[in-house]
Amino acid sequence: MKPMDNRAAVITVIGNDTIGIIAKVSGILADNQVNIKDITQTILEDIFTMIMIVDLTKSTVDIKDLADKLDALGEDIGLSVRIQNSNIFNAMHRI
Amino acid sequence: MLTDFEILETINMFQEQHLDIRTITMGISLMDCSCASAEETCRRIYDKICRRAEKLVKTGEDISREYQVPIINKRISVTPISIVAASSDASDYVCFAKTLDRAAKTCGVNFIGGFSALVQKGYTDSDIKLIESIPESLAVTDFVCSSVNVATTRTGINMDAVRDMGRIIKQTAELTKDRDAIGCAKLVVFANAPDDNPFMAGAFLGPGEPECVINVGISGPGVIKTALESVRGADLGVVAETIKKAAFKITRVGELVAREASVRLGAPFGIIDLSLAPTPVVGDSIARILEEFGLEDCGAWGTTCALAMLNDAVKKGGTMASSFVGGLSGAFIPVSEDEGMIAAATKGALTLEKLEAMTCVCSVGLDMIAIPGNTSATTISGIIADEMAIGTFNSKTTAVRIIPTPGKDVGDSVEYGGLLGSAPIMRVNPSSCADFINRGGRVPAPIHSMRN
Repeated sequence: MKPMDNRAAVITVIGNDTIGIIAKVSGILADNQVNIKDITQTILEDIFTMIMIVDLTKSTVDIKDLADKLDALGEDIGLSVRIQNSNIFNAMHRI
Repeated sequence: MLTDFEILETINMFQEQHLDIRTITMGISLMDCSCASAEETCRRIYDKICRRAEKLVKTGEDISREYQVPIINKRISVTPISIVAASSDASDYVCFAKTLDRAAKTCGVNFIGGFSALVQKGYTDSDIKLIESIPESLAVTDFVCSSVNVATTRTGINMDAVRDMGRIIKQTAELTKDRDAIGCAKLVVFANAPDDNPFMAGAFLGPGEPECVINVGISGPGVIKTALESVRGADLGVVAETIKKAAFKITRVGELVAREASVRLGAPFGIIDLSLAPTPVVGDSIARILEEFGLEDCGAWGTTCALAMLNDAVKKGGTMASSFVGGLSGAFIPVSEDEGMIAAATKGALTLEKLEAMTCVCSVGLDMIAIPGNTSATTISGIIADEMAIGTFNSKTTAVRIIPTPGKDVGDSVEYGGLLGSAPIMRVNPSSCADFINRGGRVPAPIHSMRN
């Protein structure tokens, strides 16, 4: 069994809509050489929901450090900002 | 490409529905630690556990962080100590329990299982020393869990061990009476104990298991409950299908974590145990799932049928999701660890007799049940005997983890906090079974054990 492919990750931002959320998240990603592959956002019952698929191939930090930075941002702007290895979603929803 | 719906469904399972990996349990064989000197055996046990499990907690935390999957417990199971200690010169085995406790603390795990004996057909001298050491061992250690397998479908029931375990449970309660007999919460009596169970207090690494192995226990009553809320009023075929699908999804997460942990820890992946293990937190209850079937309270007529369906559908969904499903795999029905069970027992809707019926179709048995402290040892043995008969004659695992709480009676309750929760003292039928228990001997294996 080889180690999992750890390059793709999913970032989710959930909470109250405020100005500049995408700018702040993508700023952190750009600073760390993380490429955004896909981005969607919706407002569900006044809750802002943004989902990003990112590629960590060229990332200068590992996913745990990135999670720390995004956690800090989340606290700063009062939103939940999570990054997760995308394998968790593939495992659950793809055979 | 994943859809937004799928991503949000997964996130909701973890954030709102309490889905978690309940435990990554590293099984470590201690077969090579045996020698004539007890002191040297203890040294080897400590060194081997600490060497093998050095990175267990850190690895669990890393995986948890990267996947944002809560991994609640990191634990260790070892070869039954009655086997490991058999050749040593120790006259009692408390020293081995202390060694396991020390190793668990060094590794940072919160339980270590395997202070155990397999006595389904009879005692070795070592088994007797181990069993007699259980009360003190559980009183002087914090993290050691003990189990004794007294019956299997292939061998029948060792009724001498059933008799002795009633007394041992009473002694364990007495030695930990200042803490509501918490020692008994760390002691399980089994029929058909699985060798690869990752869940405490019954985990040990069976004799046929490898040198070191990763077994993962997953849980997710909240996910099943939420899924069932979406099919209210539908017929039971739809209910079964809904449970299967949810069980499939949560098992896949367990398999991913197990394989990742196995690679990082350099130990083979053993099994996924897809048990629905409740916690006292609201929204994490098996009883509430059963009530979602349409029962006013867990314990109402219909409860056994609902539980049978739940247990079976969970297994079916899980076995489609992973080829290596093992351990106990099904629905646990501990009383003190389940908010809905506590409520039903307190209300009087759930009785000990009904729980016994439920154990015919759940994955384990009478679990975390507090009973009056003045219950006699032979009555406790009678409870064990009935439960062992259910397991032995129905080819399933059953267990008894019962807490006769000194100084307490029906109307009182015990409080442990944390995952162990709290429980009302339940009524026990006062009629005596002492003459039956004191006969001793063996209950022969059932006819359907002869499959060769």
